[in-house]
Amino acid sequence: MLVLYCPQGASVPQFTNSPTLIVMVGLPARGKTYISKKLTRYLNWIGVPTKVFNLGQYRREVQSYKSFEFFRPDNEEAMQIRKACASNALKDVVIYFSKEHGQVAVFDATNTTRERRVSIVSFAKEKGYKVFFVESICDDPDIIAQNIADVKVSSPDYLNCDKEEALADFLKRIECYKQTYVPLDDEKDRRLSYIKIFNVGSRYLVNCVQDHIQSRIVYYLMNIHVTPRSIYLSRHGESNMNLLGRIGGDSGLSPRGHKYATALGTFIKSQHIKDLKVWTSHMKRTIQTAEHLGIPYEQWKALNEIDAGVCEEMTYEEIQDNHPEEFALRDQDKYRYRYPKGESYEDLVHRLEPVIMELERQENVLVVCHQAVMRCLLAYLLDKTADELPYLKCPLHTALKLTPVAYGCKVEHVFLNIEAVNTHRERPGVSFTKHVHLLQAQYKIIKCIIDSQYASVASDVVWHSVKVAQHVVNQTFSQAILTLGCRINDHT
Amino acid sequence: NDSVPHAFTLTNSPTLIVMVGLPARGKTYISKKLSRYLNWIGVPTKVFNLGQYRREAVQSYKNFEFFRPDNEEAMQIRRACATNALKDVVIYFSKEHGQVAVFDATNTTRERRISIVSFSKEKGYKVFFVESICDDPDIIAQNITEVKVSSPDYVNCDKDEAQADFLKRIECYKQTYVPLDDEKDRHLSYIKIFNVGSRYLVNRVQDHIQSRIVYYLMNIHVTPRSIFLSRHGESELNLLGRIGGDSALSPRGHKYATALGGFIKGQHIKDLKVWTSHMKRTIQTAEHLGIPYEQWKALNEIDAGVCEELTYEDIQENHPEEFALRDQDKYRYRYPKGESYEDLVHRLEPVIMELERQENVLVVCHQAVMRCLLAYLLDKTADELPYLKCPLHTVLKLTPVAYGCRVEHICLNIEAVNTHRERPGNVDITRNPEEALKTIPDHF
Repeated sequence: MLVLYCPQGASVPQFTNSPTLIVMVGLPARGKTYISKKLTRYLNWIGVPTKVFNLGQYRREVQSYKSFEFFRPDNEEAMQIRKACASNALKDVVIYFSKEHGQVAVFDATNTTRERRVSIVSFAKEKGYKVFFVESICDDPDIIAQNIADVKVSSPDYLNCDKEEALADFLKRIECYKQTYVPLDDEKDRRLSYIKIFNVGSRYLVNCVQDHIQSRIVYYLMNIHVTPRSIYLSRHGESNMNLLGRIGGDSGLSPRGHKYATALGTFIKSQHIKDLKVWTSHMKRTIQTAEHLGIPYEQWKALNEIDAGVCEEMTYEEIQDNHPEEFALRDQDKYRYRYPKGESYEDLVHRLEPVIMELERQENVLVVCHQAVMRCLLAYLLDKTADELPYLKCPLHTALKLTPVAYGCKVEHVFLNIEAVNTHRERPGVSFTKHVHLLQAQYKIIKCIIDSQYASVASDVVWHSVKVAQHVVNQTFSQAILTLGCRINDHT
Repeated sequence: NDSVPHAFTLTNSPTLIVMVGLPARGKTYISKKLSRYLNWIGVPTKVFNLGQYRREAVQSYKNFEFFRPDNEEAMQIRRACATNALKDVVIYFSKEHGQVAVFDATNTTRERRISIVSFSKEKGYKVFFVESICDDPDIIAQNITEVKVSSPDYVNCDKDEAQADFLKRIECYKQTYVPLDDEKDRHLSYIKIFNVGSRYLVNRVQDHIQSRIVYYLMNIHVTPRSIFLSRHGESELNLLGRIGGDSALSPRGHKYATALGGFIKGQHIKDLKVWTSHMKRTIQTAEHLGIPYEQWKALNEIDAGVCEELTYEDIQENHPEEFALRDQDKYRYRYPKGESYEDLVHRLEPVIMELERQENVLVVCHQAVMRCLLAYLLDKTADELPYLKCPLHTVLKLTPVAYGCRVEHICLNIEAVNTHRERPGNVDITRNPEEALKTIPDHF
């Protein structure tokens, strides 16, 4: 992954100096919004700030929808409104690029006339933006009917209509566009940068890819598909290290972990999944889990758990003892923080990009992995931000079944009823660092008091400290205080 | 359960890549480059060049008349050569563990392509066509000058004769050339490359390997440029004979970095991009260049795991078995809690892809990393890769030329320790320490 040199040490991925405007092209119900949202999700996940500007939303804000007549090419009044909406959307693109650090904007509209596209290209040229067109061409009536049923009939435009009415109106809407639709032309548009997608990906025409980000976009678009399927995510069964509260390492499953693996096998069988692919990491605990499934599995090194570097195999208490500053820094920016001699979540995302790409190509897949890895994959699939990602809940012994539906993903949590330790550490409270320092100071005081044998005073201090500690999620510290408290009681 | 290091599902069926196009359209260039890339990422691939079969069958080439569509006798010979080449493909797949075969021939008629598709279907091979279409006379003239005029076919001709004959040869093919058709061939899997990559048409990509091939072909270009490879300047750990770590440059290392800056300026390179790793020693080296540089974590040195910052003597003392195992299979051997060269290649794949997209680039990296990059650029095998010589304080300038790469070694005359360890004679785990340490380089 390209990283621009930054003296402070933080790596800011920079794919291109100029912002890129992706312009969708195509008749209604050709998957433009689906592609826009999916592409945006992918680009944001790999660290390229991207935003969709959907013209339909701009139009809905200005005008409540009555019927397809709004879209008739001879409806002058509507045309003015539509042009104004397009202008407003592009104005917002300018703000996104110049003031909000955006790098890619996806202009999700039909853009079916040469005239509209020519004006967008001039606008972009004037501003110094690169333009990349994504045209979706589809003449398969079944696919179009499916799209309409999936996302159009339930659109805000048809809130007060029944399905039949909505369908009929929408088909007339498409006809309005067809009258003036001019696809990108091989000859006339040979200097534009674009990809034409035919019939949901059986065929692509790629012209004049300018740079790295466009090349990545093309590669991504050529790997996604819409065939129905499910993705199953699960962590390995509880491991011996998990039981000891230790992070990382490469330990085997605990007895309960083995029970989970067996239960997972049963669950998978009961799902009667067609051609299921199973992926694990190179670590014992995922491999042992997969072994119980009785299905061939593939090992990916890229699925290995986050490398905790110098903190490998430590408990959180030990990390607090030996690397208290690092521990606090991690809590300040858990996504970007890199363990000394280890990795950050940000590094993990880069490592996992080929896994995501292959996940897109595949159909039914079960990924047996690890907590941090699963958080990254889940963040991609459910469009979570870098801030949310490191705190996503991925408990042991729970399988997640994700099924793409409409513009997103349906999630089912399947807890297989085998007990396991909890390995989830919440985001600490706002004044966490302050509390830690407070606790550390109180701990020192208590120690002094014990050493100087003012035991009765100590027990009050201890009790107060425990109460404070209960507000702090770092329960291990309160445990330490409690332990100390017991020692004081023993003294008295 | 031996771990399969590769990220992607290797297709169960072998894949036959079939080149399509008139002569001088870059088919052999693409075949060789693609084959080099696939082998480097671990997919055993081989090129079957029909011209070579023809040269073996017809010992001496006379002139373009051989290729006239009405030359019945020649047609028989050419068909027989194609059959022999495909027979060899079968052997490559069934007996030599090949996974991808590139059939490098014109394949310009529907008839020929149909017969290849039936052949593959019968054998259970997947077929992927790569058609190169070019109508730019300058590009074609350039190709002819670079690789045709010096071909074995024209060994006894002067340049102009060769050029003239070759152009007539192309005319012979043009008469019967039928490109892949949007409608008639819509069930075939293929990529059409127009005018050296300004435009691509991709139809029916079937699986992962075809998707990777398409991505690769869409990222390569033929614009002249040079790739400069250099290690960081000598580091403090280098001086102590210790591997890995993240130490700073030694005084001599700093001198090298300055000399490198001087050398680069002297080359007057247009729009040079400079890449380093995230490690101090490459960053400090790049700092002296006075050019903006980008840091890639993927360019970090191989992780030696438990052996990080040890000397070879330490490794022999503390991990003698591991040391021997590494000598037995240096490419695949993975340091405990560390990496193997094989892992490194995977890590470097995005770097290679971006290197293909770019033009003039200087990569400041590390010994093992440089060996991997060099193996890709110079088509070295996995066996040769871990022993490629990449000494400190030497810049390699690689310039793509014809079907390969020209290499210039530039030693900048600043002394440095040698860090190259040859494979010792005895790699048995029962060997004694002297045998293990025989080839270690000197250090302080």
